This record gives sequence, structure tokens and C-alpha cells, in this order.
Amino acid sequence: MRVHVDAQKCQGHSRCYALAPELFDIDDYGNAHELNDGVVPEGLEARARLAQANCPEFAIIIQE
Amino acid sequence: MTSIYGPVTDWEHDFDHADPEYNANVHQIWDDLLNKKQCPVAHTERYGGTWLPLTHEHVREIAYDTEHFTSRSVVVGTTKPSQFDPQPPPSPIGNAPPISSDPPFHAEARRLLLPAFSPKKIDPWASEIRRICHQLIDDMGDVQFVDAAQQYSQDIPVQVIARMLGFPVQDADKFRHFVHLVLESVNEDRETRLAKFMVFDEYLTHQINDHIANPRDDLTTYLLNAEIMGNKLSPEHVGGTIILLLVAGIDTTWSGIGSSLWHLATNAVDRRRLAENPDMIPTAVEEFLRAYAPVTMARLVRDDYDFHGYAMKEEDWVLLPFPAANRDPNVFHDPDTVVIDREENRHAAFGLGIHRCLGSNLARLEMNVAIEVFLERFPDFELDQSEEVTWSVGQVRGPRRLPVRITARS
Ligand code: HEM
Ligand code: SF4
Repeated sequence: MRVHVDAQKCQGHSRCYALAPELFDIDDYGNAHELNDGVVPEGLEARARLAQANCPEFAIIIQE
Repeated sequence: MTSIYGPVTDWEHDFDHADPEYNANVHQIWDDLLNKKQCPVAHTERYGGTWLPLTHEHVREIAYDTEHFTSRSVVVGTTKPSQFDPQPPPSPIGNAPPISSDPPFHAEARRLLLPAFSPKKIDPWASEIRRICHQLIDDMGDVQFVDAAQQYSQDIPVQVIARMLGFPVQDADKFRHFVHLVLESVNEDRETRLAKFMVFDEYLTHQINDHIANPRDDLTTYLLNAEIMGNKLSPEHVGGTIILLLVAGIDTTWSGIGSSLWHLATNAVDRRRLAENPDMIPTAVEEFLRAYAPVTMARLVRDDYDFHGYAMKEEDWVLLPFPAANRDPNVFHDPDTVVIDREENRHAAFGLGIHRCLGSNLARLEMNVAIEVFLERFPDFELDQSEEVTWSVGQVRGPRRLPVRITARS
């Protein structure tokens, strides 16, 4: 599984970083980005889905 | 207090968000409009023409569409910006950047403030906020009845922002009165409001000058050193920005904390679950933000515009009820039930699009700590049935009196 933050849509609500800091980071200007090239380590798939389901801007894309 | 237009009898064609009935019964009003009247977009002639879209799809579309809808004024008033200010700052800037700004200027004004409110800057405030919350509870003494809105929720955001700005903490009351003047006394006449405004302006100028003379490590000094498009901000711009932070950050957070405590005071099961499992609080806070979202914003229609068949006129107001969007069944499962461990929750309490609340990391931290400390000190409490709960009037919704009876303390 891979995750990706669509920079055009992300507005820095920081939900992804709060829910899955292993998968996302956020810079000082409120731009989130995926860590580790978006590769989701085994066992963290549910967290990736949780982050996706909590993004107010529908900015998180998951590829299975 | 009633609205200057008088009480509402027809919410479909003559609604008024500043009628005290609106905030007190808002969920019923939306439900009637959407489900009984099949009216997803209500309209009123009040305030010179105002629209109220209710679905997540419509609210989202308007929030994203900065071309047809301008942020030049985000608080609905009886006078349109073009009437009271013949030469207002042009629309990309507005008089309270970035909230009143449109692209492309908006991004510049926002960029200046973002680093001061990033998670990594805000998180270290947790211990100070916790200290403030404990102090407020200590100050209540050993009483059985407390007003959780007046004696607790209200004070937290003012005390926090006063410390962040580096202003005398005992001046926190001044901030509160000023914000009330801006947000809730929209019905008072312009002269009276202006006079009160001037007094606060003088106070602010004094504080800013003091920071110019004695720079220190705080938000005011940060603003004085910040640059926009290569130029330092003028003291007036710094003053305007501080006013925005006060207006945007105080009643909103007060309302968020107050509504959460109202929910807990009226729901014994949720109260017990959170008191026994404080690690559930962050998820519960998101649900309180969804179900009791404090903030409704507004936009102005730039030019006559056909919005899905609704003939909007130039300079009509359009309310953006993020709280209604948060109860849309197309986006939220079982939206009218408060589920404190709701897993999927993409709520819009902090707005959608480019104006996403700049203070959202701070607001979330304050709400989390406030609820945690209250439940830690008062593991059990309930509404005091002999007194009345009152709700704010206008675009920020939250309890203004919240009498509770403390039944357990630690
Ligand atoms: C629970 C508390 C809060 C809620 C619900 C809330 C909600 C909102 C919403 C919905 C917006 C979007 C405005 C729009 O679309 O026009 C907004 C913007 C803003 N908020 Fe908050 N807010 C809260 C607390 C705070 C705090 C604590 C601060 C700062 C100290 C703050 C500062 C701002 C600023 C500066 C903006 C304008 C951002 C821009 O236009 O780019 N807010 N807030
Ligand atoms: S939750 Fe969505 S909008 Fe918020 S920071 Fe993450 S990707 Fe961006």
C-alpha cells in the first residue's frame, strides 16, 4: 500500500500527522507530505485508511 | 436581545442567524429546512439579502470558489462594506488580512502567520495551558455549583493568547470585551461601536510601542519583525493582525470548550467513559468539533451569480455554516448522533479551502487540555437544573451560561 498527499488540495488541517505520524509529516507552512516515499509499512494499513477518512479536504490518496 | 429585524416566523424565506432562537434550536431548524421544506438553500431579505446553504457539497463549493465569492467581509452586518466604506481596501487585501483577503494576496498574508501556529510551535504550550486550567479550577474554591462557561471555558483562550502575545495577563478581560463588541453587538449603532473600538485601539498601540522599545520572545515581537513581500509590517498592520487573532481565536475556542462540557454535563455515559479513559479525549474532541462546530463564516457575492438555480445578487451575503455541513448524511454516517469514538470524521469545523483556520492546532490543544483537566478535577458533574443554559447569538455558537453541579472532585 502507498499513500500520497495531493499538495493542491491539502490545507494543513494536520489530521494525518496527528493520526499517523509514522506515515505523514507537516512543515511550518501547513503542507503535509507522505514519509518514506509513501510506502506504508506492514501493519500500518489501517492507520493509513484512518488518516484518509479524516482529511477534511479529501487530499489523501491510497494505492493498494 | 432580539434581532433588529424582529423575531423570525418563516425560516425558509426570512431566516435570521442573529435571532436568539437560531443558535438555541439550530439543529431543529436545519432539519426542518432540509427534510420538511426540501429547502437546501434558504434566503432572507434581512441584512440586505442573505443566503444560507446547508449541504456539505454546497458549503464546500462556495468555500473553494474564491472567484464568485469574496472574503472581503466574513461577518454579516446590517451595512454592506460598500456602504460604510466608500474606498475600502480592495478585495484581494481587505481590512483584516488574511481572513478578509482573496487570492493572490491572501497567500502572502497567511504565509506570514503560519509558522507561528504550526504544530511544532504550538505543542510546547501544553503545560502552560494545563497550568491555566488548574488555576481556574483552584480559583473556584470548594463550591458545588459553577458556571463552566463563565468561570472556565471563557478564560482559557484569553489567558493563552495574552501570554503568547506578551501582553499583561491581567488585561485578558479587555480582550474579551473587545471581541464581544465586534462579534455580538452587531445591532448597536455605528458611532457607539466606533467609540469603544478607539479605546481598545489606543490600548493596543501602547502595547505595540512597548514591544518596539523592548523586543522580547513573543508573538508581538515576531509580528514586528515579520516581512511581507520584502517589507516589514507597519505597527498598524501588526495591530490589525493582533485584532484578527483576538476576534478569531477567543469566542470560537470558548464556544468549542463550552459545547464539549455541555455535552458531557448532559450525557452521563460519555462523561464516565472519558473520565475513566482520558486517552479517548482527542477523538472525542474531534466529534464535539463536528457535532457542535462553533463557527459559521460568511462571503459576499462578487457579481450577480446563478448558484444552482438560486439567483444571487452582487454583494448579497452568503453564510457558510460549517456546522450544518458537519451534519450532512452524505458525508457522515448517522450525523445527528454524537459518537465520541467516531473513527471516520472529516469534519469542517475549521473551514475548508485556503482559509482553513490558522489557529486550528492551538484551538485543538486548548480544547483537549481543557476537557482533560476538567474531567480530572471533576470526574462527575451534571447540569444544574435550577438554572438556565444560554447560548450565544450570531455566527459563533456556544453556551454563554453553563451552570453545572459538581458531584465528584479529586
Ligand atoms: C475551536 C476554535 C476555533 C474554530 C472552530 C475556528 C474556526 C475557523 C474557521 C471556520 C475559519 C475559516 C474562515 C473562513 O473560511 O473564512 C477560521 C479562520 C481563522 N482562524 Fe480560527 N477557529 C478557532 C480558533 C482559532 C484560534 C485559537 C485562532 C488564533 C489564535 C484562530 C485564528 C484564525 C485565523 C487567523 C483565521 C483566518 C485564516 C485565513 O483566512 O487564512 N482561530 N477559523
Ligand atoms: S489531513 Fe488532509 S488537509 Fe490536513 S494536513 Fe493532512 S492531507 Fe493536508
